[in-house]
Amino acid sequence: MPRIQTTAELEALRAEILAARDPAKPCIAVCGGAACDGLDSAAVATAFAAEIAKQGVAAKVDFRVTGCHGYCNKGPNVLVGPDDVCYFEVKPDDVPEVVESALKGVVVDRLVYRDPASGEKAVHLSEVPFYKHQMRILTGDIPRIDPTRIEDYLAVGGYSALAKALSQMSSDQVLQEVKKANLRGRGGGGFPAGLKWETTKNAPGKTKYVIVNGHEGESAAFMDRAMLTGNPHKVLEGLIIGGYAIGAQQGYIYTRHDSPSMARHITAALEQAQELGLLGENILGSGFDFEVELHFDVGIFVSGESSALMRSIEGNAPEPRPKYIRTSVSGIWDKPSNLNNVETWANVPEIINRGADWFTSIGSEKSKGTKLVSLSGHVVNSGVVEVPMGTPLRTIVFDIGGGVPDGGAPKAIHFGGAMGRSIPISMIDAPLDFDGMSKLGAPIGAGGLLVMDENTDMIEMARYLLDFLVKESCGKCTPCREGMYQMLKILSNIIEGKGRKFDLERLAELTEVTSLGSLCALGKTSSDPLKSMLRYFKPEFEARIAAGSAAGSEAK
Amino acid sequence: MSEQTIADIIEKYRGRPGAVIHALTEIQHANHWLPREVMHEVADALEVPFSQVMQIASFYKTFSLTPKGKHEVHVCTGMTCHLRGGARLMAKVEEITGLKPGETDTDAKFSLEAGSCLGSCSIAPELIVDGKHYGRMTPERAADVLKQYE
Amino acid sequence: MSGTIVQITLQIDGKEATVAAGTTVLKAAQQIGVAIPTLCHHEKLEDYGGCRLCLVEVESRGRTNYVVSCLYPVENGLVVRTRSEKVDKVRRLIIEELMAHAPDAPELVRLAYEYGADRNRFEKEAAFCVMCGLCVRYCDEVKQKRAVGFIDNGHAREISFIPEIAAKECWNCQECFAICPTSYAQAAYLLTEALAFPGRRKKESTPREAEEGRMANIPAVPMTFVRRPPAAKPEMAN
Repeated sequence: MPRIQTTAELEALRAEILAARDPAKPCIAVCGGAACDGLDSAAVATAFAAEIAKQGVAAKVDFRVTGCHGYCNKGPNVLVGPDDVCYFEVKPDDVPEVVESALKGVVVDRLVYRDPASGEKAVHLSEVPFYKHQMRILTGDIPRIDPTRIEDYLAVGGYSALAKALSQMSSDQVLQEVKKANLRGRGGGGFPAGLKWETTKNAPGKTKYVIVNGHEGESAAFMDRAMLTGNPHKVLEGLIIGGYAIGAQQGYIYTRHDSPSMARHITAALEQAQELGLLGENILGSGFDFEVELHFDVGIFVSGESSALMRSIEGNAPEPRPKYIRTSVSGIWDKPSNLNNVETWANVPEIINRGADWFTSIGSEKSKGTKLVSLSGHVVNSGVVEVPMGTPLRTIVFDIGGGVPDGGAPKAIHFGGAMGRSIPISMIDAPLDFDGMSKLGAPIGAGGLLVMDENTDMIEMARYLLDFLVKESCGKCTPCREGMYQMLKILSNIIEGKGRKFDLERLAELTEVTSLGSLCALGKTSSDPLKSMLRYFKPEFEARIAAGSAAGSEAK
Repeated sequence: MSEQTIADIIEKYRGRPGAVIHALTEIQHANHWLPREVMHEVADALEVPFSQVMQIASFYKTFSLTPKGKHEVHVCTGMTCHLRGGARLMAKVEEITGLKPGETDTDAKFSLEAGSCLGSCSIAPELIVDGKHYGRMTPERAADVLKQYE
Repeated sequence: MSGTIVQITLQIDGKEATVAAGTTVLKAAQQIGVAIPTLCHHEKLEDYGGCRLCLVEVESRGRTNYVVSCLYPVENGLVVRTRSEKVDKVRRLIIEELMAHAPDAPELVRLAYEYGADRNRFEKEAAFCVMCGLCVRYCDEVKQKRAVGFIDNGHAREISFIPEIAAKECWNCQECFAICPTSYAQAAYLLTEALAFPGRRKKESTPREAEEGRMANIPAVPMTFVRRPPAAKPEMAN
């Protein structure tokens, strides 16, 4: 493809792509997301390609392998356009029938959703309970896009926000729009992205950096991966716009090395954007230059901590930087560096295209827009969920998630992965947003939401999480390195029936000192799960210690 | 794995101290472990002290300082997998292979690792062999899966 | 930039201090004779912030925060309290955590007395090293030899002499032994020497070339078995 020089040329290219497409033509989209891949969706995709060739119908039906559709535990997922018929648990043997039916415009009845209780069918995406309660602003396009083809992204309006920003808005106007939208960082902190951008923009120095944190080290979180793997251009478009607003000419995408398809898709997206002139010098004739480099973590949790992540991009061991200076002022190579996570960046093109007023019309009072959630654990329906901020947890766990399998009862909801917190199920009517969740002492985190059923042993869970974190700490500062280790030992003793009366007091002191004294965010929050469990499930700890000492004295 | 491939990787990053992690990652992916003399070569070529290469190589879980088995077996130890029976799965895999996480057997057939969350939580618990994911794994089925790799 | 040094005035434990901008709270305190404990700070080395003992309470624009004084830069009007109930609690627990590894380190014994720390609060796991990193940083920043480095991470982190470098550089230096608060650096070095290049201490030591030649195939010497005795002791049958 030739390099695009102007906004008009971009629109001409888009028109050309759309003209070659027939919106009424059936289109089969096989999900290649992480879970579907684990259920061998690759074999299903191969079968589709072979069947379409065998029947000689390549001209009559479109076929693509896409990123994550969302309803992960029902994979392999297949979506048939133009009217979004959802097929679940599709096997290679089902493929000939799906192709024939798609050509005829009929539905393969046995592959559609059936309500487990009533047996009621749901054929189209908008009718399936898992999707029905969602608002898929960021994820909705994923089934319509082959992530390795920029044409597909252009066909759904891709890079129109970049064109608008560069041709119609000053960098200040872009910044003001994001500030007005009150876009809050989706990585966990909920800090207003616009204010962070402004800090970096106003920081002294000409060289500035913008970074996508795609590390997603949070255990049981997979929404950022789904976003970045399924629609890499959307995140990239957000990053370029951010670079323009902030005055950065260099961007970095930092992500995991252990997800080959994600690395492949990002690499392809960068190459194609470069080729089309959406990256590089003088983008769309605006005079704005911007380059992006891809970096990989090498498998340790602390690398997601912002200063450690930046050390890693510099090529150093990812020890957190011991400075009381924000990375937005002094980050990579001590230059102002603005870091936002995948989901935050993905919101930017939408805000620029549809405006801050549209964005603020969605969500709750102080948390605007939608939130991506990774729903998993003891729940019937599991996958990537996108709901307006402020959606009650009950809607997510029951209406979307279908409750606990086999009629079980939920006991707790855990947010935010290994450094997150648990709340008891009695708080299920709380709204999912930054402030509502903080009030309960369980910040939303990046969006991992784990349902735990009534049989879950909270003490064992706390011990498991500390065991994980002890291995993930970098080991530089005492409270994190030693404090977590001591907490782990105490919990292990309690579980082995060797708990002692003063253990809870020791745990309380260890959690307090670790939070106060640790160097980085990992250390400061490492005891959060234990704190929340001690706060809401303390009787379980007391009972276990008492039972242990009773059993101990009996044995004597 | 030829020595030439390693040499090519090192050559690509010669004189770039900031690229230690890149170079080590590529060598790890190609060679499955980092021999000490290779790390010396990396230190010399990229102009960084050997102790820094050593620190990075021992710091990150991805890097192995000892040879790996022919097949790399990961049992996911992420939260959802743990909640849904990951520990029982790990126990079974340990029993089948006779290994603890981090170990490689004497015939260098299998290496066992406690894997971090790879985001396939909806099909937990997960067993991953040489990068291939096996979802909803039960201790019973794990034996069948591993047999394919013998 | 003009040549004048901007002066900052702050308050430390009720005393006024006027110091150059960019000074850390720890240095400002030292200048006016207020002592703050630290294990990892050294005037010849870059600020590190690892041991966290120098944590203090600061009040700035009406907000109270807990920061480590060895890294926190002074600001005008800053109010610093080097002792408070919370500060003492943090220091006491850190001392207790470190005493599980190095119960007899003189500085820790002295601090334990001052802060009322219980050296037996946590089960002993004598590793002797407190991870202050003085040896590693001194060897790097002052001597520029990097003969000793950190390996591994988290609670498994340890210092490790690199035999290839140590054999050449350490014999005539050994300066890190003196700055180590627990004498572990010396022990780790001697163990490395014993395993990787023995013979040096004999009267007629072998030529250096011969030693280096022998070292080509010597693996790294992890100190694991020194630092980590087996965690689980077999239970007595009752």
